[in-house]
Amino acid sequence: MKFRLPFAPLVALRFLREGRMQTLLILAGTTGGVAVIVFLTQLITQLQAQIVDRVLGSQAHVVIRPAEEINRRAIDDAGFASIVEPRAQRLRSIDQWENIARLAADMPGVTAVSPVVTGPAFAVRGQASKSVALMGVDAERYRRIVRMEEYMVAGRFAVDGTRAVIGSELAKDLGIRMDDKLRVALPNGRDELLQVGGIFDIGNKDLNRRWIFVTLPLAQSLLDLPGGVSNLDLTVADIFEAQPVADRLRGATSLTVESWMQTNAQLLAALRNQSVSNNLIRSFVVIIVALGIASVLVVSVVQKQKEIGILRAMGASRSMILQVFLIQGAVVGAVGSVLGSVLAFTLLNVFSAIYRNADGQPLFAAELEPRFIAMAAVVATAVGLLSALIPARRAARMDPVQAIRS
Amino acid sequence: MSTPVIELAGLTKAYNLGTPVETEVLHGIDLSLAEGEFAALIGPSGSGKSTLLNIIGLLERPTGGRLSIGGRDTASLSEAEITQLRGRSIGFVFQFHHLLPAFTALENVMMPTIIARGRADDEAEATALELLDAVGLKAHALKKPAALSGGQQQRVAIARALALRPRLILADEPTGNLDTHTADDIFALLREFNRQSNCACLIVTHDPRLAARCDRIVRLVDGHIADDSPASV
Repeated sequence: MKFRLPFAPLVALRFLREGRMQTLLILAGTTGGVAVIVFLTQLITQLQAQIVDRVLGSQAHVVIRPAEEINRRAIDDAGFASIVEPRAQRLRSIDQWENIARLAADMPGVTAVSPVVTGPAFAVRGQASKSVALMGVDAERYRRIVRMEEYMVAGRFAVDGTRAVIGSELAKDLGIRMDDKLRVALPNGRDELLQVGGIFDIGNKDLNRRWIFVTLPLAQSLLDLPGGVSNLDLTVADIFEAQPVADRLRGATSLTVESWMQTNAQLLAALRNQSVSNNLIRSFVVIIVALGIASVLVVSVVQKQKEIGILRAMGASRSMILQVFLIQGAVVGAVGSVLGSVLAFTLLNVFSAIYRNADGQPLFAAELEPRFIAMAAVVATAVGLLSALIPARRAARMDPVQAIRS
Repeated sequence: MSTPVIELAGLTKAYNLGTPVETEVLHGIDLSLAEGEFAALIGPSGSGKSTLLNIIGLLERPTGGRLSIGGRDTASLSEAEITQLRGRSIGFVFQFHHLLPAFTALENVMMPTIIARGRADDEAEATALELLDAVGLKAHALKKPAALSGGQQQRVAIARALALRPRLILADEPTGNLDTHTADDIFALLREFNRQSNCACLIVTHDPRLAARCDRIVRLVDGHIADDSPASV
């Protein structure tokens, strides 16, 4: 048996095919609108994800530090009021850090915890000395905070005994190559001779110049923090859940807990503003597309007056006529969303080939996520339906006698 | 005599009701048409023929009086019921064929069935092809109306009016824009279907020659039935 369309889609499609020029025009408008929306959404989502990824490439999602020390000075004997004064923060360990690390690791959403001892030092070689940050880490655990192994340009990210991992800029500044020796001197007078077991390039010259990774025990003894850690670095499953996780940890431990979202508040505000302007553009495009579909269909209803009258005379009900025009709107929206997604994909490919990062890599990948195509299909079809509503109701209300006579 | 297909009693129609320009175009029409009757509706322009036909065809509602179709009083019917009744029991043939230009001749003939049943089916297609064959257009079934001559278009329109085997055929000057020879053909077709299916036909015409070939002539003057008599043979 032949496949036969029901009345409303049959007539709707035939009307669309008959008004070829009009149909092409609204399809072109809808396609363009969908393409702009899909392209923008995909581009901005990707760029934002990249920026966040790059920022978080060298940062822990959440950092736990000891509570800040403050001076409280009582101004009367009863101690009813006190003046709170800021004071210089010395390097201290987190009290009971093993317990806190366990507590943090058990918190839902937290995927990794790494203890870190960090403090200031000088890297000295011959006559040259550079100010650095000594980082005592457990290499295995720290890798789950910052993916150091991806940044290694020489050696491996592993520390033991006096083997250390340093950044490429520091290596250049001090003329150090793999397996060379390097002395670190600390403000407290201690010093140690290290052997370079790995060189990293984290993509940030400042950090490449400053970070020296050594074992946890070595850093602890050099910084006079035996058995202690200066901070706990955390990784969370969903990076945008970092703030709530930090809040919960702060509540549970009364330590200083900061998420990357606080550390990079300005960046987040910028991303948010970008999303707002993106939404604004998208809303306007949707409105323009809707107006386009509606106006073309209004004209089509007037042109099809006679046909509507004939169909009504042959027994077509008002709701059948309503459906005919609603379907036209929906079809335009649906087909426009498919064509628009194809166009957006093409645009992404073209722009991805044109715009490149400093390192020659494409600024963004030329890929289109299925969820954006689905979003476009749903939104465009709904917009098509809604914009057809006014013309369709007008068609349904048409008096058949008037329509036939005209 | 069987139940009349249509029955009008004291039917009136006025436009612009309740305004200073209120005009009554039909003043109390009494008319009934029996099964198989083939009647002509004649009268000068402006006598209310088209209005009367539209009211009988349920395209317009009367202002007063009673209209029954197949014994069913239409006054109490809802808009949706009226539409359904119109689609299933009345076939229209308009002066200017009024075919749907976007559809083929075959699809045009199937359209009343598609509307009544929601979609086409094999049976509807077979019936439509039979009807096109009967009006001599089987070979043109897949052509669009624009590719057919005026006479052919009107034949398609007749086939379409017959698609659902309606009890009543209403024709508004079906031969009005055709040459005499073609007009005779079309008229003969209507007459033939009338005899075959025993449907009632009411045909508005200006052509006294054609009116004379009907069973009955109803003459409308100024919204009154001036004369209603069997056609003189």
